[in-house]
Amino acid sequence: MSVLRTRDTKAALMILSPGLLLIACFIIFPFVLAILLSFTNQRLVPNLNAPTEFIGFSNYLRLLGQPEFLQAFVNTFVFALIVTPLQSAMGLGAAVLINSRLPARNVFRGIFFLPTVMTMVVVSVIWFALYRLDGVFNQLLSLATAGYKGPVDWLHEPWLAMPSIILLSAWQGFPFQMVVYLAGLQQINSELYEAARVDGARPWDEFWGVTMPGLRNTHIFVLVTTTILAFKLFTQVNLMTQGGPVGATQTVVRYIYEQGFSRGGVGFASAASVIFFLVVLAISIGQRYVFRSEEEVR
Amino acid sequence: MKSGYSYIRIAIALLVCVIVVAPLYMMVAISLKADEQQVLLDFGNWRAFWVWPWQMSLDNYRTVLGDKQAPFLRFMFNSVFVVASIVVVGIFVNSACAFALSRLRFAGRGLILALIIALIIIPMEALAIPMLLMTARSGQLETYQAQIVPFIAHPFSIFLFYQFFSKLPKELDEAAFVEGATPLQVYWKIILPLSLPVIATVAILQSLEYWNAYLWPLMITRGPAVRPVSLALAQFFGTPPYLWGQLMAFSVMMSLPVLILYLLFQRWFIQSVVSSAVKG
Repeated sequence: MSVLRTRDTKAALMILSPGLLLIACFIIFPFVLAILLSFTNQRLVPNLNAPTEFIGFSNYLRLLGQPEFLQAFVNTFVFALIVTPLQSAMGLGAAVLINSRLPARNVFRGIFFLPTVMTMVVVSVIWFALYRLDGVFNQLLSLATAGYKGPVDWLHEPWLAMPSIILLSAWQGFPFQMVVYLAGLQQINSELYEAARVDGARPWDEFWGVTMPGLRNTHIFVLVTTTILAFKLFTQVNLMTQGGPVGATQTVVRYIYEQGFSRGGVGFASAASVIFFLVVLAISIGQRYVFRSEEEVR
Repeated sequence: MKSGYSYIRIAIALLVCVIVVAPLYMMVAISLKADEQQVLLDFGNWRAFWVWPWQMSLDNYRTVLGDKQAPFLRFMFNSVFVVASIVVVGIFVNSACAFALSRLRFAGRGLILALIIALIIIPMEALAIPMLLMTARSGQLETYQAQIVPFIAHPFSIFLFYQFFSKLPKELDEAAFVEGATPLQVYWKIILPLSLPVIATVAILQSLEYWNAYLWPLMITRGPAVRPVSLALAQFFGTPPYLWGQLMAFSVMMSLPVLILYLLFQRWFIQSVVSSAVKG
């Protein structure tokens, strides 16, 4: 047996090495580098007059004193807080619909899933057309209010720009939650439904009494992954509003991109990246912790 | 009563279909209208979703394909090449890691496994700026390798492979080891051929992820030589005036390959998304 073990160790290291090497170079090294750079004034393009120096915590202090950075965080939080429940509810609704006695349910499922197969850049282009001043949404608005409400500039009105981004993001993203919930629904014991029916439960009671508790683990997974995905918001905002108007749709990732890439402040952007990572980590641990402690109580 | 319910259900399902399909339908309708003036007139009403047979033309498609400054087919090739390289090489590298971690015994195994699972949480967006600096300083901007190599090893894919391998019966490789097979042979001849479902899952999830890549190629590519097609569309979109017919034709053409693959392998697409979730 010990012969097998030593042979295993050598072989295992050999088989592991390509993956571990790549992980070390492109995940662990940049991660450590981000932390180190965040304490320097490193520039993307080297500047001979201003050599890179260790500057302690001044990047962090500058960041926390910057209204733009704080606004980017608030915007990202608001986006995540609204889009996560919205998208999860849409996904759950669609999943319940498909899971009920519906003819051609696989066809419906296939069609409902379509937006998630579309690239976000394409989705942004299409929705930019829908949000035009003379676009479909304004037409619908005018129809709904019998012409009372004139055209609205969906993406350039400070209070409306983020909701518009949320709507398009939920449209593109909900099929993911839908198929995850669908898998969860199919794992619920059908005897529970029969028992509920015997007790005279109506569909609405059935949903709250059997379906929702049965989806516990699915809820946890969906909430955690959707929140983290929401935190990475960048593509649609960068394409459709460039963070505007007046910073109303600026996000943390876009702030990092602007500071590090457009302005070349690598050290400063690294500090923002570290904070971004810590927040994502805190949310992920926090959500898992909250749900786990609930489970223990139960 | 029962049938009444199901009519309501069908009505709701059809409504969702309209909401999902309408924007895509508009994309196709506009792409077929050669007259840009007509496109602008139609934007606000039902004709945005409609194209009369006599308006129909492929001019927009021809213009996009014929653009020498922004060679569509080249962009398309760049995307396909980058994504295929990441996925194909990634399958071997990641499954090999997972094989060693799940089927072999060696010192430090638990530690490495815990480390890889912990790394899943690090978002690529948090590493983008230091990676940009690394890429720029090593002179790798504007290359394929800078879009491929950093993304081959993928902790979450390793985790998916690991889960699948752990469930395969131990007798499989024990029998082979007794007959004198090396671990590499067991991996290649016994485990990998059994892993088609998880290979498909990983391949589909990674393909969607990197086909959608935006932030990284936005920073490290510029010209048509290596730039992926979604970035080319973003660039076209970002330089007004908006030529809607051509923008939509571009969108249709770049979505078509993915849509065709989706229609062919629908079950696999959905299954792969589901199996990415069955871990909670």
